[in-house]
Amino acid sequence: MSIIAPDIAAPDAPVERSSLLTRLHEWVVTVDHKRLGIMYVVAGLGFFLVAGIEASVMRWQLAAAGKTVVSPEVFNRLFTMHGTTMVFLAGIPIVFGFANYLVPLMIGARDLAFPRLNAFGFWAFLFGGVLLYFSFLGGDGLYGAGSAPDVGWFAYAPLTARAFSPGNSTDYWNLSILVMGFGTVATSINLIATTLSMRCRGMTLGRMPLYVWMMLVVAGMTVIGLPPLSAAQIMLLLDRFLGAHFFDTQAGGSAVMWQHFFWFFGHPEVYILMVPGFAMVSEMIPVFSRKVIFGYPMVVAASLAIGFLAMTVWAHHMFAVGMGAPLNSAFAASTMLIAIPTGIKIFNWVATMYGGRIRFATPMLFSCAFLFQFLCAGLTGIILSVVPFNWQLTDSYFVVAHFHFVLVGGLIFTIFGAIYYWFPKATGRLLSERLGRWHFWLFVVGFNLTFVPMHWAGMLGMPRRIYTYPADRGWDFWNLIATLGVPFQIAAVLIFMVNVVISLRRGERAGNDPWDAWTLEWATASPPPAYNFETVPIVASRRPLWDLKHPDDPDGPHE
Amino acid sequence: MRLAEALGAPSTPSIFAPASTPAFAIRDLSFLVLAIVTGIFIVVAGVTVYAILRYRRRPGDDGRDPPQVYGSMQIELAWTVVPFLIVIVLFLTTTRYIFAIERQPETPDAVEVTVVGNQWWWEIRYPRLGIVTANELHVPVSDAARPTPTFITLQSADVIHSFWIPQLAGKTDLVPGKTNRMWIDPRTPGTYVGQCAEFCGLQHAGMLLTVTVHPKDEFDRWVAAQRAAAADDPAVRAGRDVFASVACISCHTVRGTPGNGVFGPDLTHLMSRATLGAGVAANTPENLRAWVDDPARLKPGARMPAMKLSREQLDGLVAYLVTLR
Repeated sequence: MSIIAPDIAAPDAPVERSSLLTRLHEWVVTVDHKRLGIMYVVAGLGFFLVAGIEASVMRWQLAAAGKTVVSPEVFNRLFTMHGTTMVFLAGIPIVFGFANYLVPLMIGARDLAFPRLNAFGFWAFLFGGVLLYFSFLGGDGLYGAGSAPDVGWFAYAPLTARAFSPGNSTDYWNLSILVMGFGTVATSINLIATTLSMRCRGMTLGRMPLYVWMMLVVAGMTVIGLPPLSAAQIMLLLDRFLGAHFFDTQAGGSAVMWQHFFWFFGHPEVYILMVPGFAMVSEMIPVFSRKVIFGYPMVVAASLAIGFLAMTVWAHHMFAVGMGAPLNSAFAASTMLIAIPTGIKIFNWVATMYGGRIRFATPMLFSCAFLFQFLCAGLTGIILSVVPFNWQLTDSYFVVAHFHFVLVGGLIFTIFGAIYYWFPKATGRLLSERLGRWHFWLFVVGFNLTFVPMHWAGMLGMPRRIYTYPADRGWDFWNLIATLGVPFQIAAVLIFMVNVVISLRRGERAGNDPWDAWTLEWATASPPPAYNFETVPIVASRRPLWDLKHPDDPDGPHE
Repeated sequence: MRLAEALGAPSTPSIFAPASTPAFAIRDLSFLVLAIVTGIFIVVAGVTVYAILRYRRRPGDDGRDPPQVYGSMQIELAWTVVPFLIVIVLFLTTTRYIFAIERQPETPDAVEVTVVGNQWWWEIRYPRLGIVTANELHVPVSDAARPTPTFITLQSADVIHSFWIPQLAGKTDLVPGKTNRMWIDPRTPGTYVGQCAEFCGLQHAGMLLTVTVHPKDEFDRWVAAQRAAAADDPAVRAGRDVFASVACISCHTVRGTPGNGVFGPDLTHLMSRATLGAGVAANTPENLRAWVDDPARLKPGARMPAMKLSREQLDGLVAYLVTLR
């Protein structure tokens, strides 16, 4: 029995060209997990570009003291929209888009457990995204004040109360995130159900690819972490429209309670975005090192530990709020503890590379940069967990540097790597390696130019979210360097877009398995047929394709 | 630049140039933490670089897969236990510092200050001394033999703000409906700059703050000057009448006049302050005139409205205000 489909050169065969409208209709009504996955990722990348433009304008404004590129009103909208967009409209849809595409293929299933719920999740997200951006036009509201939201992506109470945020801009933020939240929870439930009940024969939990394991953890964290945010947003709606007083401090409401609700979502959220990055490199590093992942059970255990601990660290965003010494100590402890499973993962990836034959294709370049940058992010995370040190650094540019090392240096780098890695599966064509290397090096240089100096700016006392700063503070130099990194990043992203456009038409044909990989998605055609697998595969180990390629030395006995 | 001279501020509020005890302690702790993470970085990054260089595919590679190593429980155990030990050390040290800083007992000689955050300025009250001022906190220097620390009660009148003077102490938030406490124990006279560190709306960036640390006798003189009654120069009576007859008094207080508003800064000794609008401009008569005419020109979004005064009213009012030393 072979689980490898013949290399069908489908794109070369004469295909009946349907009209544009018909094809558009097919995409809009689809419930195919692969098409929804692609739509998630493409829409997410679109929002990523928009949020990147917003960030570039902010960097221009901050390049020197006292610049007047944008007004304070516009600057506050820019950082609010940048943060909200990157987290909810770029980060979440891209990682869930990948999961949509890959999880059924990796576990040998023909679709997600609830295909229509899946379509609902996508359209809820897209509607929320469009609603959020409609605020630029519609945010004036009945009171004629405000436009896009300007209260920060964390929307701290009581700044969001009617008294301080008239007009409807805050309501756009609130309602669009609420809608997206329902979609994301639906997709997470779908992923959990699929992973638990739709695995092919032989695919025990202990044989699932690490990607699937980690996305299971991510889906679990989402189901627990997102509803509290939705609940808080409904309370905020009641405050703003029906005169409730949950967060209205003038009437005895609690500003700190919003922070607890928000970060009870917001910190798992960091891991909801980061663990998919871990998941992707856990697939790429072994394939490009030509070695099995080192310590599979330990990596799974570490992922579960991260999932549990991630629910216990939220108040480390609130060390300056005045929670008192015992609570501050407790959250310092949980925050430091979560560094241990995270460290274990880094060690296991490096151990996988150790003794390998590392092939530096573009996905591996991004994975290696991820290792260094995420190491920095983890270590600045340790620094921030030391509460007294945190009192100096929280809400300063050091924190901006830290979480951009996490979310760009960690997540965006792995997403780029993952796009180079799985693009051939989704489209049947490889991305250009030459353009890929340009993309990689420009992005590494630009990213580090922008975000390394921010550590210094923060330690020199520069707070976050300021639209300008006095000239005598000694922050100009570091801000100028940070801004100079922006053109490099823009160039890198433009090259990436060119690469995608060119490779879609003229890229080298990929075949089923261009990277000589080991998981089930490489056993079917590229792109896979709507039903994924002609015959549902049967697996006997963690690396079914390794077993096929090395019948003399299958994985099974080693596990 | 002129602003810096007006304030006499050290140019950069670096957390590594502390001048007060909590900031000293945090700097010492930070050196320990930085040493630990630098050590970890060197080891992990070193091994990673080694693996990348040593095990890269070389030209002439036979294309065969290397030996497959599935894992090792001993190695996994080692790199779980060692980080755990580091975490224990770090946690115990951190806890000691947390309790030492948060549970510092108040001494009888301590100066009591209440700072109230407003969009976008700081009200500063000395309840025991009967002084109300704004945006520029004045405290006595403290020496080890006879410490006179300053204990600061933090409150907010509207949204959340955060009090941060990096060279004196870490941040503490000013949360509406909640009272927070912090303290400083400055050892070197001078003026230290900082600003609001929690996003508080449109002019978050324009909510600057200075702390001036005085030698003991100088601080006493400052206190005496602040407690004095407001100047009442008959030569500027016309301006005083403008102040009392237009809306100024709804928001501002000048002790001894009908003005007793509480929404804006107390102006009793306005000209003793170095800046206007919470640090956005030097407090010169020209700037003051521009501010009274239309605050939004110096600080877009400032809560104080343009009063639409005639030129004569403006001249008179500014002439009166500059006498409030």
